[in-house]
Amino acid sequence: MYRYDEFDRQFVTQRVAQFRDQANRRLAGELTEDEFRPLRLMNGLYLQLHAYMLRIAVPYGTLSSRQLNTLALIAEKWDRGYGHFTTRQNIQFNWIKLEDTADILDTLAGVEMHAIQTSGNCIRNVTTDQWAGAAADELADPRPVGELVRQWSSLHPEFSYLPRKFKIAVTGSPNDRAAVKVHDIGLRLHLNDKGKRGWEVLVGGGLGRTPVIGVTVRDFLPEQELIAYLEAIMRVYNLYGRRDNKYKARIKILVHELGADKFRAEVEAEYARRPHADTKVEERELQRITTYFAPPQFEKLPRWSATFEEARGKNKDFANWVRTNVAAHRVDGYAIVSVSLKPEGGIPGDATADQMRTVADLALRHAFDEIRVSHHQNLVLPHVRRDDLFAVWKILNAAGLAASNIGLAGDIIACPGLDYCSLATARSIPIAQSISRRFADLNRQHEIGPLRINISGCINACGHHHVGHIGILGLDKKGEEYYQITLGGSSSENASIGTILGPGFAGEDVPDAIEKIVNTYLARRQPGEEFLSAYRRLGPQPFKEALYAAA
Amino acid sequence: MPLLKNGSIVSDDWITLGTDDPLPESGDVVIPYARLLKEWESLTDHDGRLGVVFTNIDRIEALTLFLPRLALIILPFPSFTDGRAYSLARQIREVGYSRELRAAGNVLPDQVQFMLQVGFDTFEIGDRFTADVWLKASRQMSLAYQRGLYRPPGQQEVWSERHREAEPWLEQPHAG
Repeated sequence: MYRYDEFDRQFVTQRVAQFRDQANRRLAGELTEDEFRPLRLMNGLYLQLHAYMLRIAVPYGTLSSRQLNTLALIAEKWDRGYGHFTTRQNIQFNWIKLEDTADILDTLAGVEMHAIQTSGNCIRNVTTDQWAGAAADELADPRPVGELVRQWSSLHPEFSYLPRKFKIAVTGSPNDRAAVKVHDIGLRLHLNDKGKRGWEVLVGGGLGRTPVIGVTVRDFLPEQELIAYLEAIMRVYNLYGRRDNKYKARIKILVHELGADKFRAEVEAEYARRPHADTKVEERELQRITTYFAPPQFEKLPRWSATFEEARGKNKDFANWVRTNVAAHRVDGYAIVSVSLKPEGGIPGDATADQMRTVADLALRHAFDEIRVSHHQNLVLPHVRRDDLFAVWKILNAAGLAASNIGLAGDIIACPGLDYCSLATARSIPIAQSISRRFADLNRQHEIGPLRINISGCINACGHHHVGHIGILGLDKKGEEYYQITLGGSSSENASIGTILGPGFAGEDVPDAIEKIVNTYLARRQPGEEFLSAYRRLGPQPFKEALYAAA
Repeated sequence: MPLLKNGSIVSDDWITLGTDDPLPESGDVVIPYARLLKEWESLTDHDGRLGVVFTNIDRIEALTLFLPRLALIILPFPSFTDGRAYSLARQIREVGYSRELRAAGNVLPDQVQFMLQVGFDTFEIGDRFTADVWLKASRQMSLAYQRGLYRPPGQQEVWSERHREAEPWLEQPHAG
């Protein structure tokens, strides 16, 4: 994985010193809260309902054991012993003091981490496929480009006061696990018939109060032009994106209001006008970065592991876990392990300091010292020998980290909601917990099959409810929380926005409603048909009838 | 209003005119961009330097015609969170304008370094902060990842520094 050189190190160190000075000036009253807010946000520090929250960047979701151990230390020393992994592959701590923040950032800098641009109206943490570099279906590892974009976007003087936040995702696989179609900019790798790399550039996707699928502005952008082209898009957005209404300020609204063709013409005109003499260095820089992402020294192993097969035959719990939490690796004898942070009745994405240390230790001993954070709020050990899977499972199981529910009903994505967030209109966590308990029977979850449930506690859609197979949106009606249900969303390469089924439900009625939807699917599915396919075939009508038919 | 320029605080000697203020016989004058478009014919003969206030919704395409005659362009920040002028500044520098580019309006110390990097060279700073605060804030980061920025001595571009020794032309034998 990427390692800082002297420049990267100096950059984050200076950034911490700068923030320390800004925080001191704020504490001394020399900066107003209005003036301080964008500065702290660009360093990851939010003010929530009860305390400051610090969101730490995990670029393209990749961590080393040393880094994860440091996050555990931060959880214990400066927070309440746990952290929350987010849908942007980051981690946030919810009980931070302003006075401690610079010390925390210093600690992070010591392990090549930062909280730069995890908030604010700037380019946010670049995300990618959590299986990057390991997936069997991948054309190439997208993380070198992720790192290039991280560096380019860090403290970009032209693009730090954008109309609104800006999110970029990168995928190197035709099976999109990075949701590139619902990002401000999505980048998707293609190879032409000569094997040359080019990027499909999608713009204007997004969720929030106006969910939209992005439009392709370039089918095959040569890799060496990537940064120059991104600059052209960003400039058009920075100049012409709306600033009069924060709910219409994302780039998707600009693309929509100009029309895709006019928007593309503006970008191309800007691109043609600008000098591109500097892109050559970026090519060399990309080569330099790529060497850090060279595959680990895999052993030559047989595809078939006797140890693994024997354990799977003997232990049903392990066999269940393998079915959902273990995925095909590109190298024979290895597997990708998903560590579920969704135990029955738990808070999605939360991990205690001890759990972080357990995963860090497993990564060090069994996964070439790599951990990934998935945007589904789980962790991943990307390179585990099949021979070691049973041993790894036993340790995860003892730590409460082996819920066999990846991609199933219990693997719920949820934002922090009204329990923490000052923007929320309703609680998300208790809803996730009650659904998780309702579907606690693992056999039933496996019987139902792949199902994505996403919960957001307000219209800003941090829980990505629009792209959940079942989406749940918490709203407020005259002081009462109620929940609107959408069906049929997906963030994959065949992305779609969910359809609202009808009137919302009180919180305590949500598990019943979800159960009716699931039962309708089970009753009507064809052999082997997954929930999303069945919904796409059947349409919303049978589900509406099940939910709203007169009792 | 005092100006921050090359690390010192200096006074502003330009005469600022509104849309209808009479043009003085001579002297350095700053006028709104709309007035420049309207009165260009008579302004070309003005005895003194000419500056314009460009706004966030003006486009630079037409401005390029007047650049040879302009000695000052002012870009206002209606609020420090409105970042359009950063892009305008870079565009104006990219089309070859090399004289004074001034940031006005809600200019604060913690934004000045970014403003310098995109090509601003003077700043209307008011009297709320001391010179020390301005100077310290304007040089807190000595490194930037982006290339092609304006930077004072002592500041470096990471992507250039890293590859300094690998410049291909250095590896070629000298022709003569």
